[in-house]
Amino acid sequence: MEKIEFNYPEAKRLITKRAHVGVVGSGDMEVLLEPNSEEGARVFITTSVNGFGNAWKAVFDRFFSKFDGAVRIYINDAGATPGSVLLRLEQAVEVIEQ
Amino acid sequence: MSEQVGLRGKAWFKALTGSDTSNNGDPNSVLTTTAAVGNESALFLCVVRDKDSRFPCVRDGQVGLEEAFTLATHVRAVIAEDRDKPRPAKRPIIAIVDVKSQAYGRREETAGIFFAAATSADAYASARMAGHPVISLVAGHAFSGGFLTHGYQANRILAFDDAGITIHAMHKEAAARITRRSVAELEKLGHEIAPMSYDVRDYAKLGLLFKLLHADDPRHPTSNEVAEVRRAITEAIADARKGKLDLNNRWESDAAKETRKGTLAVRAALEAQWFNE
Amino acid sequence: MNTPVLISDFVNRKSFIELDARARAQSLFDEGTYKELVGPFDRIESPWLAKQGIAPQSDDGCIVIKGKIGGSPAVAIAFEGAFQGGSVGEVSGAKMTAALDLAAKDSEAGKSTAAVLLLETGGVRLQEANLGLAAVAEIISSALVLRRHAPVITIVAGTVGCFGGMSLVAGVSSYTIMTREARLGLNGPEVIEQESGIDEFDSSDRALIWAIHGGEQRVGMGLADSLVEDDADKIAAAVRDSVHKGVPDKHRTEQVELYRARIAALDTSSQIDPATLRQQWANPKGVVR
Repeated sequence: MEKIEFNYPEAKRLITKRAHVGVVGSGDMEVLLEPNSEEGARVFITTSVNGFGNAWKAVFDRFFSKFDGAVRIYINDAGATPGSVLLRLEQAVEVIEQ
Repeated sequence: MSEQVGLRGKAWFKALTGSDTSNNGDPNSVLTTTAAVGNESALFLCVVRDKDSRFPCVRDGQVGLEEAFTLATHVRAVIAEDRDKPRPAKRPIIAIVDVKSQAYGRREETAGIFFAAATSADAYASARMAGHPVISLVAGHAFSGGFLTHGYQANRILAFDDAGITIHAMHKEAAARITRRSVAELEKLGHEIAPMSYDVRDYAKLGLLFKLLHADDPRHPTSNEVAEVRRAITEAIADARKGKLDLNNRWESDAAKETRKGTLAVRAALEAQWFNE
Repeated sequence: MNTPVLISDFVNRKSFIELDARARAQSLFDEGTYKELVGPFDRIESPWLAKQGIAPQSDDGCIVIKGKIGGSPAVAIAFEGAFQGGSVGEVSGAKMTAALDLAAKDSEAGKSTAAVLLLETGGVRLQEANLGLAAVAEIISSALVLRRHAPVITIVAGTVGCFGGMSLVAGVSSYTIMTREARLGLNGPEVIEQESGIDEFDSSDRALIWAIHGGEQRVGMGLADSLVEDDADKIAAAVRDSVHKGVPDKHRTEQVELYRARIAALDTSSQIDPATLRQQWANPKGVVR
């Protein structure tokens, strides 16, 4: 198991809602997305699969190139592929932007 | 080890009650009798091996259909007999526990062993809630569904402190297979993670035990050891009578405050949110 | 339109089994009356899984929802079968016990509060072994306290089924609702095959598994109460009926003599035929929807 953190200080848009999607089942993950009390966005990942820090970094760099909300994102992961990670993140964004 | 399951239970049943035969109409695998403890009489119950049981999957000391319904019958009889007595006069119920597991058999599943086990757990819990002190003495193995059926509803749990005691959700070999670890890894992990441990001294850290007891050779108790165990049972009975009827003592104990922080956090948060409408 | 009614019913029904635990629990409540307690944002996770290199889940796979069912106060506690097989850990178990205790507290104070347990579980979580087993004993105790005042209703819908220690919780329930896709038993077929050999139980024999553990059999032999189609509306209706029925005069686990005599009458010289047993124990009160 590995814990990974990222900061995206440029993401400053005020967010008021929160979202929870997904289950920590095999090949899947859960995302909790909530307003950050400070400026910028922070990401906290707990994953059962070690050694994929760069892949996570790439996914979140891509995600925050389009999304600018000041949020805290918590992820519990049981081996989701980068594709399903992005899908879960998009589902979470859909909930808070409704 | 497995050849010994049930022998320690039987030895202690005999030492404490003077009897080691089952009642007429009961299967040979269930011993019950009324015997003195302290200055009162108590109901003692024990599940033992019956090599000739008509249910093949209980012959090594597992708890099956007949065992569960027989235990429930005797416990409920005492509840009914003492129904109108005040709490201090309700008879203590002493479960001597040395059970390999629940029965792993097709006959048992077909006839609903889950329900038989529930019936026995209900009887023990009902006795406790009616004010009977229910005391478990873990004299050997207390595994999984076997312990849930016989002993785990007690107000107070006593156990011996030696390597022959195992209280667990699953035996080592099966747990190793399912969690994809070697038995050696599992044993090592047990010392770091108390709920995983097969060592009764780690189990004691969970806050579920009233007291650990000692006997040099638990299969052959000396008269001093028997007297010591009687004293511990009497003490457990007195403590149970002073306490609440529920199982809250298990997570309110000092040891639980250290090891069951998760339980306590959940209970506090849920209570706060429940009444906040 | 001349589409046969049966087919349109089948197409229009909303599968309950396909819902996750949270959506299942929500689907039982009256619109706009419910809220989740100690949800994912409280982030009370298993303290034991991470120590063993396993990612936890923010609700530990147990969802607690409080609200009204058919106008009556109720709490639903649902195990998520997709997380660690719906297993009982310290936190998930404590959630169920605490919710049952609070429902009992309200009920004793005159506000009868039913509990609905949605059980998709293989039993105790082996990574939390002894605290999982202890939690099961505590859940049983708390369910027994509540059921004196308000009904405790278990739903086993599938596809995990309800096995291990939690099957005793189903056993002590006031009412058990099952689908044909659900299974209920103490030991699953794989466990029996492993412990007692393939001659005792061939876990690849699907027909045998369903004949013994399946919902139709359990309701037919009287160890569960309602057999309901995999349809969220029908399951919600069955739950409302059970809430309204209230506490039964006598719970099944109090009928020790009846069942002890039935076990005494079994011929154990060979395996017991499930269909014959169902006829012998036939459950005239079983409801089929």
